Amino acid sequence: MDENSETHWHPTANLSALQARAQLLSNIRSFFSQRNVMEVETPLISAAASTDPHLSIFETNYLGPGSPQGRNHYLTTSPEFAMKRLLSSGSGAIYQICKAFRNEESGQYHNPEFTLLEWYRPGFDHQCLMDEVEALVESVLDIKHFDRLSYQALFKHHLDINPFSNSIDSLRHCADAHGIELTSELSHNDRDSWLTLLMTHLIEPKLGQKKPIFVYDYPVSQAMLARVRNDEIAVAERFELYYKGVELANGFHELADADEQKQRFLVDIKNRKERGLVSIPMDDNLISALHAGFPDCAGVALGIDRLLMLITKSNHINDIISFPILRA
Amino acid sequence: MATYSTNEFRSGLKIMMGADPCVIVENQFVKPGKGQAFNRVKLRNLKTGRTVERTFKSGESVEAADVIDINMEFLYSDGEFWHFMDQESFEQYAADANAVGDAAKWIKGQEICVVTLWNGSPLTVAAPNFVELTITETDPGERGDTSGGGGKPATLETGAVVRVPLFVPQDELIKVDTRTAEYVGRVKK
Repeated sequence: MDENSETHWHPTANLSALQARAQLLSNIRSFFSQRNVMEVETPLISAAASTDPHLSIFETNYLGPGSPQGRNHYLTTSPEFAMKRLLSSGSGAIYQICKAFRNEESGQYHNPEFTLLEWYRPGFDHQCLMDEVEALVESVLDIKHFDRLSYQALFKHHLDINPFSNSIDSLRHCADAHGIELTSELSHNDRDSWLTLLMTHLIEPKLGQKKPIFVYDYPVSQAMLARVRNDEIAVAERFELYYKGVELANGFHELADADEQKQRFLVDIKNRKERGLVSIPMDDNLISALHAGFPDCAGVALGIDRLLMLITKSNHINDIISFPILRA
Repeated sequence: MATYSTNEFRSGLKIMMGADPCVIVENQFVKPGKGQAFNRVKLRNLKTGRTVERTFKSGESVEAADVIDINMEFLYSDGEFWHFMDQESFEQYAADANAVGDAAKWIKGQEICVVTLWNGSPLTVAAPNFVELTITETDPGERGDTSGGGGKPATLETGAVVRVPLFVPQDELIKVDTRTAEYVGRVKK
């Protein structure tokens, strides 16, 4: 790093950004306290991790009682699995503010260690939870009446294509026509990567420029941990929140079916193997918890650092975190 | 063959795109919470000067351009080529008009320039940030002007034209910032 070593110990965030962070955390805690949502803590080091092939996991090793030879552990990419185990054990509505870890992610809006707010609401579906996300975000950003658009309507509106039915070739044509030049081909049958390319390059930068917008009902292939609703076209009951081109939150009407969840993990694991990625064990404790019974609920993860960037009108994530990875 | 992965991308890095060496101007990491990560990269082609945008899948590797920057003294121009000498090896290099580009209008001889070599031949030439040149032609200044604004055009000994304050006369030696083509001040002799 060609930075001046004499100032390398300095925080990259100034004092007012640190104060804004403290204020935001305090506001969030009082928001949930007023709504009787309980704050919880769950492990950040876990024996299992997300199998998502697009996440790169920090590995570590636990050595000690119960593991005399040392055993692989992982820094969690979100507290989702452990919080769901609490829900299965009858916790009721819960939230957590914690660090999440994702290797190989660093840039204007990414730091490999970042702060997530995650919460779960028994009895809510994803539409109800969007209302609550809106209430929280409007209370800290002072902006009202968010937009809502389905994933399908979004692609229709911006690119005049149907993300569910258009062929991969037509997605490729759309990318070409908008001047996207890839240095290497995306896999021909990887429909989601083509959709992600169009979303990140052509739609996201324009999203929520005036006010925040929720995008909801995703393709089933991007369901992750959301339940699927069998409408005319099956959709995943998932939503994302964008403001000023920044992805702020991702939520699900949570999948409660243990067998289907296990099936999705197995597909991920197979996918990781095909791509030559390091294998990650699925979380059997989560599967057991779902088997034991899981309340109908919706949950969402919101990036605190990005929200803080928007509150403080910062251009780079380093401006609002004390010590980014290269100074950590 | 040296390669760089997208994790090594930063502005200033020189890589090959097709047959041409390019420099990274801007590198943006794009990664949705769920899904494929990309690097959106703005590149300037060092041969044509044109800027293009390319999208890499994060983790991809690309060939490094065999490009080095060397401080060289500008010796003379024979009309077709500009001749430079490596300050350390004393080896001489001839750069054509395409490589010298805008630098030609700031150098008259003896300046230390940064010459970028690609596979051993001059690709681009950067004039020193500041040069001292004599004004060969400018209108007489108006007396009593104290506004500080405005100014007038002045032609320098290399043929370059810069704006100077009205009080600066012909035959004066001035200092110019070659990056902005702006007058910096008079040089006290």
